[in-house]
Amino acid sequence: MLLEIKDLHASVEGKEILKGINLAVNAGEIHAIMGPNGSGKSTLAQVLAGREEYEVTAGEVTYDGKDLLDMAPEERAAEGVFMAFQYPVEIPGVNTQVFLQAALNAVRKHHGEEEMDALDFLALIEEKSKLVEIDKSFRRRSVNEGFSGGEKKRFEVFQMAMLEPKLGILDETDSGLDIDALKVVANGVNTLKNADNAFVLVTHYQRLLDYIVPDFVHVLSDGRIVRSGGKELALELEAKGYDWIKGDEQAEAA
Amino acid sequence: MTTSETKPRAEEHYLAAFRDFQTQRAGRETPWSRKLRANALQGFNATGFPIVRDEEWKFTDVRPITERAFAPAPLHQLNGLASGGIEDFTLGDLQSNRLVFVNGHYTPELSQLQALPQGITLGSLAEHIAHGSELVQEHLARTAGTTAPSPFTELNTAFMQDGLFLHIPNGLVIEDPIHLLFLSKASASPVMTSPRNLILVGANSQVTLIEHYASTARDEYFTNAVTEIVAGRNAVVDHYKLQMESETAFHVSTMQVQQERDVRFASHLVDLGGRLVRNNSNAVMGGEGIECTLNGLFLIAGEQHVDNHTVMDHARPHCNSFEVYTGVLGGSARGVFNGKIFVRRDAQKTDAKQSNRNLLLSNDALINTKPQLEIFADDVRCTHGATIGQLDEDALFYLRARGIDKNTARGILTYAFANDVMSGIKVEPLRALLEREVFTRLARM
Ligand SMILES: Nc1ncnc2c1ncn2[C@@H]1O[C@H](COP(=O)(O)OP(=O)(O)OP(=O)(O)O)[C@@H](O)[C@H]1O
Ligand SMILES: [Mg+2]
Repeated sequence: MLLEIKDLHASVEGKEILKGINLAVNAGEIHAIMGPNGSGKSTLAQVLAGREEYEVTAGEVTYDGKDLLDMAPEERAAEGVFMAFQYPVEIPGVNTQVFLQAALNAVRKHHGEEEMDALDFLALIEEKSKLVEIDKSFRRRSVNEGFSGGEKKRFEVFQMAMLEPKLGILDETDSGLDIDALKVVANGVNTLKNADNAFVLVTHYQRLLDYIVPDFVHVLSDGRIVRSGGKELALELEAKGYDWIKGDEQAEAA
Repeated sequence: MTTSETKPRAEEHYLAAFRDFQTQRAGRETPWSRKLRANALQGFNATGFPIVRDEEWKFTDVRPITERAFAPAPLHQLNGLASGGIEDFTLGDLQSNRLVFVNGHYTPELSQLQALPQGITLGSLAEHIAHGSELVQEHLARTAGTTAPSPFTELNTAFMQDGLFLHIPNGLVIEDPIHLLFLSKASASPVMTSPRNLILVGANSQVTLIEHYASTARDEYFTNAVTEIVAGRNAVVDHYKLQMESETAFHVSTMQVQQERDVRFASHLVDLGGRLVRNNSNAVMGGEGIECTLNGLFLIAGEQHVDNHTVMDHARPHCNSFEVYTGVLGGSARGVFNGKIFVRRDAQKTDAKQSNRNLLLSNDALINTKPQLEIFADDVRCTHGATIGQLDEDALFYLRARGIDKNTARGILTYAFANDVMSGIKVEPLRALLEREVFTRLARM
């Protein structure tokens, strides 16, 4: 098993957001996580990526046989965890190419590999930027600075393509994209996907799942996974809305 | 000596030292220069060293300087600083006209001058004083004390040793930068060096100047420097000042530039060293159509204290001024920024922009920042802003989430913060060198 989350509780500023998450992801699988606004989807993604602002109060997460919660964010990244941010941060003054080179070489160093030489690096940028159809000129700009919403999302996928993670967590990478950009993002994931890696897609829209077909769909509500199913669950959600599940829950509780 | 006696005024020490100084310099002075020095000393004595009750010195207590009785650096002696000893300070592969001053004295053995267009005078100011140069008499000490009078400027004039004298007649260009290397080296007792530069740039002429203060010593010394620049019509002058003194050193400086119509002047000041530092940068726009830039970067840690006072004086209409000062402070460093903008009654259509951004890397670091606008014209545009902040946690996490370790990520972000001033440095090898220097220093902060 690549990722195993057991009874995960997390709080921010003393307020409990995740209230006992259980999730198992095997290599080769794609999982979609859906759920209403504020239910804790991004919190889950950030906790997995190692954001220290969120305090894990209970539970455990095993990644590739290791205790994930024990690792620093950079260590997780180097070990193959990649989270595409829902809101990528603009970093004025930090050149995109310098950033990419630092990231790539940090990950290589972690695995005892040599730094990539400049020519190979440029060739890699060339190759991967074709995949996500972004103009190479972005590398001369500051990280995310002045990028449009769509460019930011594509740049996240581009970084993922550069770093080739084992576990890709995409937090609403499809939100706010037109259909062409959506296809680009989907194509990126489908190209990277193989038997040894896995993806967790946080999304509000079944539309994405027309292009990336998930093996499982989970519904997160109020800090818990309240329903899991196959890809048809997403269609059902699209048709009936979350109230249907919430009603369900209340019925169960009664 | 008993402790109950009232201590003599700190100024007394310099009055006494001045008598020896004058004797030592016999034969190197003219009646004019003797008088200039004596008057300056009198002015210094009348004002005395500043105290923190003086508005201009509110956040900078100079007692660590006044309590130490620095001796004017004795006349030229190299003491084993062979020519091989300066390669750390030659700014990489920078091609330049280099003048080296060791403890304030011109050292031709270490200097390297290139052939220059005819008509240009470039050399030791002390020599030109000794020879009674008319241009020197006409311009020396005419402007430095006018915009922001300071007893340290008077002290410098009294004890000035040497520095650059440059006169470029109209319409000439000096291609390679002029690198003024002021090196301090160990001496038996704590010394005061008094570098002095006088730069006269004719109409339509162009020059790049690099004032560079560095040290081979770790001991206490005091650099008290003054630079006067006069830029004629439509001249282009780029000025850089690198203050990389030892962290036990004291450094006070004044840079004064007088500009005539259509001048392009830009100064970039980088403060990395020094224990207690005060810089006054004063720019007077005395004609129309001038574009003047005063930028600065200070990167300090430990117990360092750096105070930057600037004055942009818009005396005539249609001038643009740009000012960006950026501070990065770690440890228990103290920073001061005071940026004054005068817009005189005549100076309609002035466009003045000022900003001061500060990054505090530790809880004990402190910055006092104060923009000061005095506007007497009505049709002007002046913008100013000051920020004080910490590193952006979201950006830090973003970098770490891509595998970059925490320290490197901090370094990258801090460097980006400092970079907007450095990116204005047009001399490529200088910028490259500073980028490396800043990066290494940040890694230690
Ligand atoms: N840093 C924070 N400080 C305070 N509250 C937070 C913080 N981050 C999240 N929250 C709160 O935690 C709850 C869950 O937020 P989260 O962003 O995980 O939801 P989400 O499911 O991703 O929502 P959306 O679909 O709108 O992106 C919300 O009530 C939110 O306000
Ligand atoms: Mg979210």
